[in-house]
Amino acid sequence: MQVEQISVFIENKSGRLAEVTRILGEAGINIRTLSLADTSDFGILRLIVDDTEKAKGVLKERGFTVSKTEVVAVEIPDRPGGLAGLLEVLDAELINVEYMYAFVERNAQNAVMIFRFDETAKAISALCAKNFTVLNGEKLYNL
Amino acid sequence: MYFNEEFETLPREAIEALQLKRLKALVRRVQDKVPFYRESLGKAGVCADDVNSLSDLTKLPFTYKQDMRDSYPYNLFAAPMEDIVRIHASSGTTGKPTVVGYTRNDIDVWSELMARSFVAAGVHKGDIIHNSYGYGLFTGGLGAHYGAERLGASVIPMSGGNTKKQIMIMQDFGSTVLTCTPSYSLFMAEAAREEGIDFRDLKLKVGIFGAEPWSEGMRADIEQKLNLSAVDIYGLSEIMGPGVAIECCEAKKGLHIWEDHFIPEIINPETGEVLKPGEKGELVITTITKEGIPLIRYRTRDITSITYEPCVCGRTHARIARMSGRSDDMLIIRGVNVFPSQIESILMGVEGVEPHYQLIIDRQESLDTLEVQVEVDEAIFSDEVKHLQALAHRIEKQIKEMLGVTCHVKLVEPKSITRSEGKAKRVIDNRLKA
Repeated sequence: MQVEQISVFIENKSGRLAEVTRILGEAGINIRTLSLADTSDFGILRLIVDDTEKAKGVLKERGFTVSKTEVVAVEIPDRPGGLAGLLEVLDAELINVEYMYAFVERNAQNAVMIFRFDETAKAISALCAKNFTVLNGEKLYNL
Repeated sequence: MYFNEEFETLPREAIEALQLKRLKALVRRVQDKVPFYRESLGKAGVCADDVNSLSDLTKLPFTYKQDMRDSYPYNLFAAPMEDIVRIHASSGTTGKPTVVGYTRNDIDVWSELMARSFVAAGVHKGDIIHNSYGYGLFTGGLGAHYGAERLGASVIPMSGGNTKKQIMIMQDFGSTVLTCTPSYSLFMAEAAREEGIDFRDLKLKVGIFGAEPWSEGMRADIEQKLNLSAVDIYGLSEIMGPGVAIECCEAKKGLHIWEDHFIPEIINPETGEVLKPGEKGELVITTITKEGIPLIRYRTRDITSITYEPCVCGRTHARIARMSGRSDDMLIIRGVNVFPSQIESILMGVEGVEPHYQLIIDRQESLDTLEVQVEVDEAIFSDEVKHLQALAHRIEKQIKEMLGVTCHVKLVEPKSITRSEGKAKRVIDNRLKA
């Protein structure tokens, strides 16, 4: 039920983001979605791609520090209050969201959000119990 | 103007005769009282009777900072504890400081040499000395303080920090002399300007700056911004503290080293061979009158040259050039001694951190800054910002606690630290570029 995400350490200087995307592009890897967390010194680029292992390999080869993390992709009704309803479920279970970002999905009634929880398994079962759709990796990489 | 005209202007032959007499007595004393020297002189096969001319000094073995560390805390003392009236220690060196002890006579000599230094710098009885050197284990504060009192000047025991108060006191008390690190003087001038106070309007006329390396460019900057005469002072706690050598205000061309108490030599740091006057090498000092912790041929690691040419001020004591570097990799950051190896061992102690680091030393708003760049590899990488920030803060905190120096830890990409011939360049010091 979890989705593989790769995280890349990027120094806060010009051209680094372009470098990562260029390496992935040249390797024929498609970026499904991404988010960038930044501080004054460095950033962490989080990506979901269609071939996690290959992406990790080519980036490491080029000297980047890369790690793989399991995240959770959840469908959220694309209407006012959709995200709030989901967060309330987590709040009730005292589960923390470490970070989250949106997934760009074409032609759909539902939005997809990517979550990193402090307690992943507990979060998944809480969401499933409330009839939220948790997407598996295969489905997501090929959307 | 001299503080002790007789001794400060002794003819060369008289200085050398006095040095020889004191050197012989020193060798006899340490052989008698310090097991370390009994052993090292024994190994070198020399005793006091073998010292018959100053050139015999080269027969004596060197003393290294490591010897002082190995003797922690009191094993190099030549006087019994009941005769030691003061203990100081040098700033952070791998956790354990270097400890020095002074007898009443040592404090007396130090006070006199510091008073001589004040006079050489252009300070007189009647001056108000604002002493911003740190009071405490560091020798700077108390060393300058006792010298000021010996001279008979009024001394304000400010110590470091609390810049606003420093400025207020300097303004209200009419300080005429400032003693601190050169970088702190500029920092205070800038802080004052922000408060709408122009340092040039204060009564300061002399600044005595030391405890960190500074350039002629920085001197010009200080003299312009503070409207005073900036003088370089040299000292190190192992030898005594501040006042080992000082520039005279008449020439400001080299620092007179008080030769009736210290014998300086300049050596090739690689071979140990003694170099000629004018040649650049490592300064080695023998403390010929010290009782608490006398040292024979102490390797200061400071790079300079020496001249015995007469000086316009009339002092006959040799002059050493302003320090142009170190023969080891020690850095002096805001007056604190830091070896890259110490930072390396702290980094190694942080779980997962590889010793891929670089130290960038700079001067911002006239204060030394230290940036420690650490390469992020998979062992320490996290997809969460807070974990990486916590790691950086943990390293900053440990460096502060163990070395006493504030730094900024910057996490960088692997291999971003320039490696030349497979070896990383560990230190980039941008301070002396100005």
